[in-house]
Amino acid sequence: MSGFLEANLPYILAGISVGGQYALIAIGYTMVYGILRLINFAHGDVFMVAGLVMVYTSASMPMVLAIPVVILATVILGFAIERVAYMPLRSAPRMSVMISAIGVSYLLQNCALYFTGGLPKVYPEIPLLSNSVTIFGATTKVVTLITPVITLVLVIALVTFINKTKLGMAMRAVSKDFETSQLMGIRINNVISATFMIGCFLAAIGSLLYFSNYTSVIPTSGGMPGLKAFVAAVFGGIGSIPGAVIGAFVIGICENIIKGMGLTTFSDAFTFVLLIVILLVKPTGIFGEKATDKV
Amino acid sequence: MKKVLAIVLTVAMVLALTACGGGTGKASGGDVVKIGVYEPQSGDNGAGGKQEILGMQYANSVQPTVKIGGKEYKVELVYADNESSNDKAVSAASQLIGAGCSVILGSYGSGVSIAASDTFLEAGIPAIGVTCTNPQVTEGNSHYFRICFLDPFQGTVMANFAKATFGAKTAYCLGQLGNDYDQGLINYFKQAAEALGMKVTTEAFPEGNSDFTSYLTNAKNAGADVIFAPCSTSYAQLIIEQSATQGVSIPLLAGDTWDSNVILNAAAGKNLDIEVSTFYQEGANADFESSFKAWINGDSTNLANNGGNDTLAAVSVMGYDAYFTALAAMEKAGSIAAADIMKALPDTTYTGITGEIKFDATGDAERDSAVIKKVNTKDAAWEFVAVQGVN
Repeated sequence: MSGFLEANLPYILAGISVGGQYALIAIGYTMVYGILRLINFAHGDVFMVAGLVMVYTSASMPMVLAIPVVILATVILGFAIERVAYMPLRSAPRMSVMISAIGVSYLLQNCALYFTGGLPKVYPEIPLLSNSVTIFGATTKVVTLITPVITLVLVIALVTFINKTKLGMAMRAVSKDFETSQLMGIRINNVISATFMIGCFLAAIGSLLYFSNYTSVIPTSGGMPGLKAFVAAVFGGIGSIPGAVIGAFVIGICENIIKGMGLTTFSDAFTFVLLIVILLVKPTGIFGEKATDKV
Repeated sequence: MKKVLAIVLTVAMVLALTACGGGTGKASGGDVVKIGVYEPQSGDNGAGGKQEILGMQYANSVQPTVKIGGKEYKVELVYADNESSNDKAVSAASQLIGAGCSVILGSYGSGVSIAASDTFLEAGIPAIGVTCTNPQVTEGNSHYFRICFLDPFQGTVMANFAKATFGAKTAYCLGQLGNDYDQGLINYFKQAAEALGMKVTTEAFPEGNSDFTSYLTNAKNAGADVIFAPCSTSYAQLIIEQSATQGVSIPLLAGDTWDSNVILNAAAGKNLDIEVSTFYQEGANADFESSFKAWINGDSTNLANNGGNDTLAAVSVMGYDAYFTALAAMEKAGSIAAADIMKALPDTTYTGITGEIKFDATGDAERDSAVIKKVNTKDAAWEFVAVQGVN
């Protein structure tokens, strides 16, 4: 038994931790979709920028300071993107906003390319997170173990926030009916900004956890995690927070089990086959509400 | 209002374009010969490409002119970034052809060299591969040459080394899916290793992958004595990091791509055994190295391009030799026309820092030994292990 655990536990651990990181990104996708019906393609790149900001800030200030600065910078970035690239298009067709999102995504990647000179940047070691631990004979980083815990705590906090606070109620109202909530006196611009800021806050936490594990940041680092988180959000039912989280864990764990079965070549293919299957069988995802006007 | 703005913008663009045109016209006048530097400056191989370029730039600073047929020409390096990507290869190649280069140097990474080969062929411009080791680069054509050893040789060297040094019975090979360099080298390693009676497991990871824990666990579960992972340095960095945190202490072997200070930085302070085969061992030519290092340290951009310190990469030294091989070919041709240089190249010889360069019938340099070196994880430096041939 212990031999079996020692041989197979690393796959499960890697799966759970990757799943937690995807979940934090997926929430950003799903919340923005829930409110604006917009697939924010730039979200994965915001995640990458958070990683790069960490590389640069940690070089110039102590870690205790660097982490809050990274989170703050990412939140401000999310706010700025929404104000500059999406808000002016509020009354434009949805397709225009989506194209604007793709534009932002490429802009961020190219800016990162310019600043890094195209070279991979080594992510700093965060004390505590980057240490190695051994459980049941499998050695891994502390971050692998605490990722699912942090993810769950944040998700519970977020769900409570949405269900119990005034701003959360406003968010639910806006996501139900955009125009009516405006008529009812909700300042939708503030609500939308808050949504983007929460999404980016979670992406920043996700990037801290993700890059502590996989310590290299390149301008396209956000691409794959972003895409997989998006699949997770669709799988769980886009617009649903618990759905996104469950979808992310399913994808993370399955991917690693497939790698463990020796089918390494197909680990990415699995994620996208899952996307196709779910769209064919249950287009609204596991927890998705029935909607008539999806893009 | 919008119309006025549109007109103003159009005029501004036209003016900017004419300004550009004037600039290039002036530069191409005078006695200048252009050498195209076809290298990745971004993407997975960006770090290696930049180091290879450094060698050429240093060579250019040592000898900025060339005398051809009694006339002194200034040598101008023209750069194109192939972004380590086969899709971008052709447009980068066309850019160099459009700039009027007489000969091309590069690229780091065999895939992009193969992808751009036909473009150079159609334009009738000869190319000199610096560290692209896949046989297909020069096979079946007469315009691509190369100054380094080949993968069948390198793969065999590493298989022999694994057997002799570690007594390896099982080897685990890991490369990037669809990468010509990785898969080619793994294939030759596998052939040689199986001939030596080893059991070989091969796996591949998709582009953009950053989670290697499962691959390393697979290697461990397969009972591998060595891991052979000749991938690009951005993935290497992650493999090293994760094998240290996972406590996988299987020796890591790789080819020439891993000869980079990216690897040294990643492995510093970790309990790992990393061995690579490469073209040149630092310390073999002290005079050359001290002046090269002084040149790198003299400029902050060069220092950043070399990964932040002055450890010489073998690819930089190869870049240096490639530049002088190109000059030797021009001198031999007695012309700066691409067609004449192409004719002269097969008979060009040059004795460089990395040894004598002489092309065989396929256009490959005749090289019969590789340097194997090992990471000293305590000092983050390379240690010489052996000069190994195939027998």
